[in-house]
Amino acid sequence: MDTPETTTGRRLGPALLDATISAGIAFLLFCLLLGVRTVDSVTGITLQPRPILLAVVVGLVFFGRLALNLFWWDRDWTFPALPFLPKKQGDGASSAANEANRLGLILVAFAVLFPIVAYLLNTAFGLHLPLRYWFDLSILVLTYVMLGWGLNIVVGLAGLLDLGYVAFYAVGAYSFAIISAHFGWSFWMCLPIAGILAALWGIMLGFPVLRLRGDYLAIVTLAFGEIVRIVLQNWTDVTGGPNGISNIPGPSFFGLDFGLRAENSFHAFFGLRYDPLYGTMWLYYIILVMALITNFVTLRLRRLPMGRAWEALREDEIACRSLGINTTVTKLSAFATGALFGGFAGSFFAARQSFISPESFTFIESAIILAIVVLGGMGSQLGVAIAAAVMIGGFEALRHTDSLQLIFGQGFDPALYRMLFFGLAMVAIMIWRPRGLVSTRAPSITLRKGKAAIAGELVGEGRA
Amino acid sequence: MEYFLQQLINGIALGSIYGLIAIGYTLVYGIIGMINFAHGDVFMVGSFIALIAFIGLLSIGITFIPLALILVLLVAMLLTAVWGWTIERVAYRPLRASFRLAPLITAIGMSIVLQNFVQVSQGARVKTLQPVITGGYELMHAENFAVSLSNIQILIVVTTIALMTAFWLLIDRTPLGRSLRACEQDRMMAALCGVNVDRTISLTFVMGAALAAVAGLLYLLYYGVIDFFIGFIAGIKAFTAAVLGGIGSLPGAMLGGMIIGLIETFWSAYFTIEYKDVAAFSMLALVLIFFPSGLLGRPEVEKV
Repeated sequence: MDTPETTTGRRLGPALLDATISAGIAFLLFCLLLGVRTVDSVTGITLQPRPILLAVVVGLVFFGRLALNLFWWDRDWTFPALPFLPKKQGDGASSAANEANRLGLILVAFAVLFPIVAYLLNTAFGLHLPLRYWFDLSILVLTYVMLGWGLNIVVGLAGLLDLGYVAFYAVGAYSFAIISAHFGWSFWMCLPIAGILAALWGIMLGFPVLRLRGDYLAIVTLAFGEIVRIVLQNWTDVTGGPNGISNIPGPSFFGLDFGLRAENSFHAFFGLRYDPLYGTMWLYYIILVMALITNFVTLRLRRLPMGRAWEALREDEIACRSLGINTTVTKLSAFATGALFGGFAGSFFAARQSFISPESFTFIESAIILAIVVLGGMGSQLGVAIAAAVMIGGFEALRHTDSLQLIFGQGFDPALYRMLFFGLAMVAIMIWRPRGLVSTRAPSITLRKGKAAIAGELVGEGRA
Repeated sequence: MEYFLQQLINGIALGSIYGLIAIGYTLVYGIIGMINFAHGDVFMVGSFIALIAFIGLLSIGITFIPLALILVLLVAMLLTAVWGWTIERVAYRPLRASFRLAPLITAIGMSIVLQNFVQVSQGARVKTLQPVITGGYELMHAENFAVSLSNIQILIVVTTIALMTAFWLLIDRTPLGRSLRACEQDRMMAALCGVNVDRTISLTFVMGAALAAVAGLLYLLYYGVIDFFIGFIAGIKAFTAAVLGGIGSLPGAMLGGMIIGLIETFWSAYFTIEYKDVAAFSMLALVLIFFPSGLLGRPEVEKV
């Protein structure tokens, strides 16, 4: 008879061995980096041993691994499927696609109504909600949603791996900042210019990399991103160098400003009491509309010959070429379109922050945007939005958790550990769902049969 | 002329370090076709391990520098190799059968994790080590400029050459090297012929990390200043070097490292130091336009 007790008993030996080996590896990993802390002193660096911390970490690995061995890997139950993330293929596929569409509509409706409803509730009942923080966080998430959708055109649709997307974001931001500082043009006049300039940079980057494939393309785009950042950092006359550009004007509401003492102020025109939240809400709606436009354009482009050529290019470049598709134009148009939206998002970022410096455009931003696209499930619009909300929202939430201090003691500063958790989350989500959070997508075109979602596995691999 | 010679020496020393890191990239790329983004940070971890081990040895009374350095080298290589092994096991192996971008994302994630782990555990401030190996030779003497070759530069070049030779013998002459090359050509076929593919891939990461640890130690001795962020720039440069030389090719990695090191040094010496990275990256773009698969890389033949 195999009762659960006897199976566990029989497995205890190997489990203990496995846990001991893991603990030994953990000891080797951490013995110097965690077990000893380097302290600066007058005579140079001295070492301060931290044996308790090391023992705790190694112990955690030992018992964690033991528990995994005994209770987790042999479990005979599984998680119930997540209702929001359509996964199954086959019969339920088209309904899953519909479900995703419905979920998308619900999310859009929520995003449109959220600030107004929250604001009205707050003022009507005097709730003192931290609205400012909520709106700022939502604006940040929406900015990344837009960037994700923009990069998705390059990576998800055209299959060109771009590790330097932040360069276009920077070009957009700096174009707006410099034009507005020198000519005093408003946000709305600069927005198209910034987008077009970013698109031109996209084409400029596109030319040398046309012949490159796969990872060569990736490293050149990465290098391009770094070049742009270094130039911004050192070309002090134009970009202000490391000090950046400040006092960038925010977007106006059809000529009305949101300042308290502005000439044409929003609140005076509508006869409302002054509230700094109006400006924030206006920013929220701008980025929401811009993101939705990005989404809409992407969805429409996928039906145009250009979008189909992108997807064909992603699936097989040689077949693409043999069918007479001009791969040069196709690649350049993908780069330019992606860069265009990056540029728009960049000038929005500059207008929102009213201050930009090269610090904001490091490689890590490109990595985060790419992670959002891949974690969302490449090519899936909804997935990108969810991934942006999870990664950026969850990441920001870490900054304000006081509950963690209860666990780790008063000296624990969650802000220090944010990036660590962020990286761990990236690895964990990717291992948990390698195809991204939403791994099905509606094909852009099908022959005769109805529109059915296909598994992400069938979508090309993002080879360049 | 003297100035040129001096910059040449400096460039070769820097290029050797890039070359050692670049080998880790090129090996991993050759065998599983992924950009191991965390490799630059493995180099940084190796550098920190070397720093801590060195100070630890000094504080327990081993003050004979050559002995201490050899011990530090061994400790750093061993512990960094464990890091390399663990990263592969945790972050890349579960995604081996997955699509290509998945391990790239976990690699970027691991890179963030390593940087911030070291920042949290060792502090964000730069760590300085007093010069350990001092002295050198004066090769030439002009009116007001002396061309010097320091002992540490000799050590760097000699170590690099020795490791390269050993490594080349390992790849070319041993059963391990043979299975490595087999996996590189065709993983499925190698598995069918009895090569333990998983083990070979693990060993690739172990070797790459060990070489990165050597580079980390040399970097620490050469510059004397490290922080948690050195891995990023050094990693990008080394990867650029690997691509420049033709990714997947070992001599290419070394050649690429040298070229990047020389460009950087000469650009800083004759033009502006701020734009040295721009020069290196532009060189990469230029080379790739004319040699799309790197200088020594085999062109990718695509069968339809």
